Amino acid sequence: MNEFFTLMKSELAVTAIIFLLLFIKIGKGMKNESLLSLVQVLLLLNFIAGFFFNKTGNLFGDMFYTTPLIAFQKNILNLAVYLISLLCSDWFKKTGHLPEFFMLMLSALLGMFLMISSSNLLIFYLSLELATIPVAAMANFDLEKKRSSEGAMKMILSSAFSSGILLFGISLLYGATGTISFPEITAQLDGSSVQILAFIFIVTAFAFKLSIVPFHLWTADVYEGSPMAVTSFLSVVSKGSVAFIFITVLYKMFQPMQDMWYTLLVILAIATMVTGNLFALRQQNIKRFLAFSSIAQVGFILVGISSNDYMGITAVVYFVLIYVFSNLAAFGVAAVIAEHTGKENIDDYKGLYKTNPFLSWILALALFSLAGVPPTAGFFGKLFLLTAGGAKAAYWFILVAALNMIISLYYYLRVVRAMFMDKNDNPVEPIKVNPVVKLALVICGAGIIMIGLLSWIFEYIKTLH
Amino acid sequence: MNLLLLIGAPLLTAVAVLFSRNKQQVKWISLLGSIIQVILAFVLLFAFRQERAENNTAQMLFEQNYKLFDSLNINFHFGVDGISVAMILLTSLVVIAGALVSWNIEKMTKEFYFLLLLLGLGAYGFFISLDLFILFFFLEISVIPKYLLIGIWGSGKKEYSANKLALMLMGGSALILVGMLGLYFTAGHSFDILALSKTDIPVNIQNLLFPLLFVGFGVFTALFPLHTWVPDGHSSAPTAGSMFLAGISMKLGGYGCLRVATYLLPEGAKEYANIIIILSAIAILYGAFATMMQKDLKYINAYSSVSHVGFSLLGIGMLTQTAITGALMQMVSHGLMTALFFAVIGMVYDRTHTRMVGEMGGLMKVMPFISTVFFIVGLCSLGLPGFSGFVAEMTVFMGSWENADAFHRIATIAAAMSIVVTAVYILRATGQTMMGPIKTESHLQLKDAAWNEKLAAIILVAGILAIGIAPGWLNDLLRPAAEEIMNRIAGK
Repeated sequence: MNEFFTLMKSELAVTAIIFLLLFIKIGKGMKNESLLSLVQVLLLLNFIAGFFFNKTGNLFGDMFYTTPLIAFQKNILNLAVYLISLLCSDWFKKTGHLPEFFMLMLSALLGMFLMISSSNLLIFYLSLELATIPVAAMANFDLEKKRSSEGAMKMILSSAFSSGILLFGISLLYGATGTISFPEITAQLDGSSVQILAFIFIVTAFAFKLSIVPFHLWTADVYEGSPMAVTSFLSVVSKGSVAFIFITVLYKMFQPMQDMWYTLLVILAIATMVTGNLFALRQQNIKRFLAFSSIAQVGFILVGISSNDYMGITAVVYFVLIYVFSNLAAFGVAAVIAEHTGKENIDDYKGLYKTNPFLSWILALALFSLAGVPPTAGFFGKLFLLTAGGAKAAYWFILVAALNMIISLYYYLRVVRAMFMDKNDNPVEPIKVNPVVKLALVICGAGIIMIGLLSWIFEYIKTLH
Repeated sequence: MNLLLLIGAPLLTAVAVLFSRNKQQVKWISLLGSIIQVILAFVLLFAFRQERAENNTAQMLFEQNYKLFDSLNINFHFGVDGISVAMILLTSLVVIAGALVSWNIEKMTKEFYFLLLLLGLGAYGFFISLDLFILFFFLEISVIPKYLLIGIWGSGKKEYSANKLALMLMGGSALILVGMLGLYFTAGHSFDILALSKTDIPVNIQNLLFPLLFVGFGVFTALFPLHTWVPDGHSSAPTAGSMFLAGISMKLGGYGCLRVATYLLPEGAKEYANIIIILSAIAILYGAFATMMQKDLKYINAYSSVSHVGFSLLGIGMLTQTAITGALMQMVSHGLMTALFFAVIGMVYDRTHTRMVGEMGGLMKVMPFISTVFFIVGLCSLGLPGFSGFVAEMTVFMGSWENADAFHRIATIAAAMSIVVTAVYILRATGQTMMGPIKTESHLQLKDAAWNEKLAAIILVAGILAIGIAPGWLNDLLRPAAEEIMNRIAGK
């Protein structure tokens, strides 16, 4: 019993918050402002608590599995959710059904926690669904906007499609091996064609969730239509959690097929990076722009995953941690501007530095970090991903990735250029940033600058097992 | 001496600038910071000479090693040899001159000085790093400040130039990155330059990695045909930006070509030496002839930079001790000279509001100080004895002549011929702008240099003369380090 509470503490904490919100909702209800403050405090406590009592162990007959590294991964997601709750304060205060929104978001988070911890295809599938369906409802939260419903519709259809494919893969795998537990499947893998088929279907489902090319088509539309809070949740928390479980599935379950998935990952990584980058070049809307940039970033994560050793895991976890700060900073600034002026186009950002130097610097830092330019943390993140990917001495692969960094720099610089260099007759007027949002942006900015230089963070992740 | 001071001083200055209240504070803090940097550079020079005089023959002095990413074997490993000391000296002089000539920047003064200081910081860090990862980190730090300096404070087609520069330099970095990781994995997971210099890297891997590293660093130092960012970048940049770009940034590339590519991969260097020589000879001649066609003073200096930097790459390609020493001298000399040239061009432009040679004339009559400096730097550029340019180019030619075969002889002769062309364009530019009658009425009212401009010019002229008249000290500094590199190439 005691083990149940310590090993599942992250899940239990999130569940407790969900129930608290439920009771508030069916009870007297609260004003948006006070409810938001309460949630922010709870999420902060949840994040801090995530650092303690992290043990290795499994529950429910090997269905649920956790280690300090997995606890750390969960805590990265906790941090991201906490930052989102701060960054989108303006929107939360105005929205009609705040308790429901947080219940949905935290349910999705709970699903991701279970998914990262899963060691069994059944619980994996269930938690993946739990992590997906609430997000589709969240995407529809701008009730009066048509685009929001459209985005939600696209999201739910593509998710349904991908879970169908996943289920098909799972059933094939079950048919071929007669078990649904990860370790037992590993022992049974012999590379027969049924198993390869199952493997391909399962990877396809992951590719949908991670928006790996050619399964990325839903991403931009959903990102554009959804409220900014949902977009940032999708791009950071969803992507991060799926990347974590993808590593577990590849490194643990499909370890015997590593030669096969290495080739597959190389092809997917190159296709994803190139496509994401090339499409990002032409985008005008900042959300679509960040959508394609996040597709390209996933390509880089795949480069790291391809290494198939402990360095790969560390580099990906480290990169996702940095990505949380960088991407949330970018989305945070975009959210502030969209909330105050309704402007979402890169052209509207022209001359932003004259009127809003703080927002411009934060956005510039975030974009430099995404582009991987030092001294920002993104430089270290990208470099370690490439170092991990280079372990197999495939230098041309690293070269392709490095050249993609140049393309990505080009379009990130486009936004920087608009803010700092281009002239504009009616730029965004000076915005008075809400102190809570400002705090969150400062945290993100500090994270972007510090995480790379504070090398013990990387070393700490490396010591976790 | 603690080398961290060289990073700490600019960093603290930059932070102080960020928190200062008004433009006056920004300027004085930056100037103070640059003076401290110059003092530190000279202290380093004397401490270094002292150590060497006491027969401390360690390859690198003042070594410091701090663990950074321990599990990946990435360390803050610092240390200097003669080459680094000379480059640090150059950097500090250019930084202070740059801070002085930018005294009248009105637009976003704080940001301007912050970026300048950051650029200097990157260069110091680069020159003292003995760990490839850290070296690369500092190399990359300087790309974004360059981009912003050109894009925000530049002139002409600045956005285009800024983009071109940032992308080409990042392209170079991408090649360096791959080469660097290649070294890391072949040499048993180490980025340490000293450790790498003691490992035997298989010849086929050397032949694979050398072009990546050399071309990567070569982009930074205008290796033909990847020099195209130079004219645009230099001509669009603000005065101090051009000075930093040509004076410091291009030296990062030359230093990298030598210290990383050639030193760590000697077999690769031998394999590709002839190609380097051909490319640099083309760059020298092409740069010189292209300069002749230019009418804009900044373009003149930018193309002549391509030509001059070609000499240092030629020296590296010759692979003899004298030629490499000459290449290094040329880096220092060209850094000072071109920074001074851009400073003077900036001064002229601030007054006449034109950079076109044809629109000026007789400036000697109204601004004698600026014109005199213009002459000095012109004469240095065409290699007149007594100035640094002569010493450096002469050493390169002497070193090149040591290779007795026809190929090297022809390349040397071809490169030497460019001096004639240089004389033509330098004399024409100086003659048309400084001598003769004054062409424009309004030029009669122009004022001569202000105190800050005079100080900047004097500092750089002093550097040029110190090398030109008494090159011995620079030779003492560079030759042993060049010998170390030659030993590695000769396989000792």
